Formats: sequence, C-alpha cells, structure tokens
Amino acid sequence: MSSSLSSSEISFQPEHSDSTKPIWKTFWILSALTIGELIIGLFIYNIHKGENPNATLVLAFKGMVCILTLAKAYYIVAVFMHLGSEIRNLIMTILVPLFLFIWFIIAFLWDGNSWKNLRNRYNGVNAVQTEQSTPAAKEKGAKD
Amino acid sequence: MSTAAVQQENKWWSGGKSPFNASYGKVMMWYFLMSDAFTFGAFLISYGTIRFSQNHWVDPNHVFNSFPFAGHANLPLAFVSLMTFILIASSVTMVLAVHEGHKMNKAGVEKFMLWTILGGICFLGCQAWEWTHLLTAQHEVLVDGKIELWNTTVAHNPFGPEVMFNGKVVATPGPIAFGSYFFEITGFHGFHVFSGIIINIVMYIKAKMNHFEQRGHYEMIEKAGLYWHFVDLVWVFVFLCFYLI
Repeated sequence: MSSSLSSSEISFQPEHSDSTKPIWKTFWILSALTIGELIIGLFIYNIHKGENPNATLVLAFKGMVCILTLAKAYYIVAVFMHLGSEIRNLIMTILVPLFLFIWFIIAFLWDGNSWKNLRNRYNGVNAVQTEQSTPAAKEKGAKD
Repeated sequence: MSTAAVQQENKWWSGGKSPFNASYGKVMMWYFLMSDAFTFGAFLISYGTIRFSQNHWVDPNHVFNSFPFAGHANLPLAFVSLMTFILIASSVTMVLAVHEGHKMNKAGVEKFMLWTILGGICFLGCQAWEWTHLLTAQHEVLVDGKIELWNTTVAHNPFGPEVMFNGKVVATPGPIAFGSYFFEITGFHGFHVFSGIIINIVMYIKAKMNHFEQRGHYEMIEKAGLYWHFVDLVWVFVFLCFYLI
C-alpha cells in the first residue's frame, strides 16, 4: 500500500521504488568521501610536523579536501534530500541563489587577506598630524 | 510513464496546481533551509575573513587531538570523525524512515525515527564532551613573563605561536577570535541539532498516535527529514572549516 497524494496541489506522485539500495549506496559513498578527507587531513598534519612544510602542497591538499566536501554536499542534497528527483524548476530555485556563495567566499577572503597585508605594512608607522586641518574642518562644519 | 514526459505535457504555470509538483509545506521548508544556509554561510565566511586577516592562527590538530577515555593520547581528527559518522548514520536512518513512510509502514517509520533520535542525542553528547574538554583543559601559556595555565574560552585561548622560555618551548596567547567563533558556530549548529531532535521526537509521537495513518501520507516525516539532512550538511561544512583546512 503506498501513500496518497499529500495535498490537492500535487499533480502526480513521484515514482517510489521499494528498494533501499540507492540509500545504502549513497551511505557508502559518503563514508568513503569522509575517510578520504580524513586521510588527506592526516597528510596535512604530517607535513606540518615536518621540518620545512611545503606551503603549496598543503594548499593543494586543502583544495582536494574542499572538492571532496562539495561532493558530499551534492550526495546529501540530491539523494538524501531528494532534490535530484524534483521538478527541474524547483532544483533551479534552490541551486541558482547558492551561486552567490562563489562571490561571497572570494570577496570576503580577499578582504581579510588585504586587512592582514595593510596591517603588516602600516602598523607602527606614525599617524599623520591632524592639528592643521582641524580648524578648517570645524569652520566648514559650522557653515553646513 | 516517465516523469520527464509528464513534465513536458503539463503546463506548470497555468494555475490551480503547484508549479513544482510539491506541496506548499515542502517548498517552504526548502526556502527556509536556503535562508538558514546563508546564515551559516555568513558565519563561516566571516570566520574565514578573520582567519585570513591574522598572521598566526591555531593548528586544529593541536587543539582537537583528544578522545574520551584516552587520557592525553595525541589523536588528531579521531573524535570529530566519530561525530561525523554518527551524524551521517542518523541521516541514513532518517532517509530510511521517509522510505518506510512512502510504503505506509508505521512500524518501520517508528523504528527508524528512534534510531535517528538516538544518533542526534549521541552527537550532542559528543559535542558536549568536546566543549567541556576545551573549557576545562589546562595548557601552559607564557603571559607577561610568567607561565600560567589556560583553558579555551570565548575570551582567551592558549594556542598562540610557540616561543622559547627558560630552555623550553611554550605557547603564547592565541587569537581571541578562535574561541568565540568555535563556540558560537558549533553552538548555533548544536542548537539546530537539538531542535531537530525535538522535531523528530514530535514526529515519532505523531506517527505512534496514528496521525499519519489517518492523514493517508507521511509527508511531514519527509519535511522533518529535510531539516535533519540540512543539519548534517551544515556539519559537513563546519567540520571542513574548523578541523580540516
């Protein structure tokens, strides 16, 4: 016996297979991806323990870890949350706004990095004297 | 009849039916999860911004290297892997509960909801242990020429750059932002896990009381499942940002 339509606005019931195989297959994929991430994490740990940590290699490993995480996110959303079997327009209303994250991440990390560089360059440099400019500013302010 | 053919035949926006072939409640749950995704994303990206703005940051493999009952053993990534697997497993039992709901199998739904609730409680227990461990640990820190013993709080942590002091390597105070970001983001996530557990308990009780049998469908279990999977998804990214990279 299968469930009836949950509300009148639904036109057709999506096909539900009786098998739990895709669910378990996804579980093994997620577990494998997680173990992969952990192995790479331990590589990074070992590199940092060593004498001369190769920054590029660490960065490459971190990049791989990010890609594995995105793969995990894909499987959780598409299979566990069923988004992969929904109507294409619904998939798009969820996915397209998430592309904002690409700009979001790049812009803010760039900003943070720029902060660091500015601080490193200008910390300890004497502040500019402002006594000469203040009377002019006060006069200007009174006029406004 | 394949769904693709049905999609083409229907005029989805002609009115009188859902253009997404999904109930209002399900679509709204998706949109709520999108908003929550941006909230968590904003927290994590701001964490990244502060981290990128610092010359020195903590090494997660030095901070998170303990395991319950293992004393002072150095086990980086071990405990957090356990937490990740617990949450993934509870996600699987949640999907299985939804699957049983499609077959109108009340007993199956109850069984898998119980496993999911158990998984959530275990995860929260692990997180509580992690927090307690950080808050009660005692690390040597060099402060103003003296060695003090510090724990990790939102106000201070002992994971700054190491220096030589009296012939010994000792840590200095670490970036203050680390503690606040860690406790705040894992706390906000933990709060979501907690509310998810409450929702799952309510779902279990409703299933047991035949609410869904009477209604003719278990769609509410599906919506609760979306929330629970979202909680797992956020954890995947928290795990990435705090422990891996």
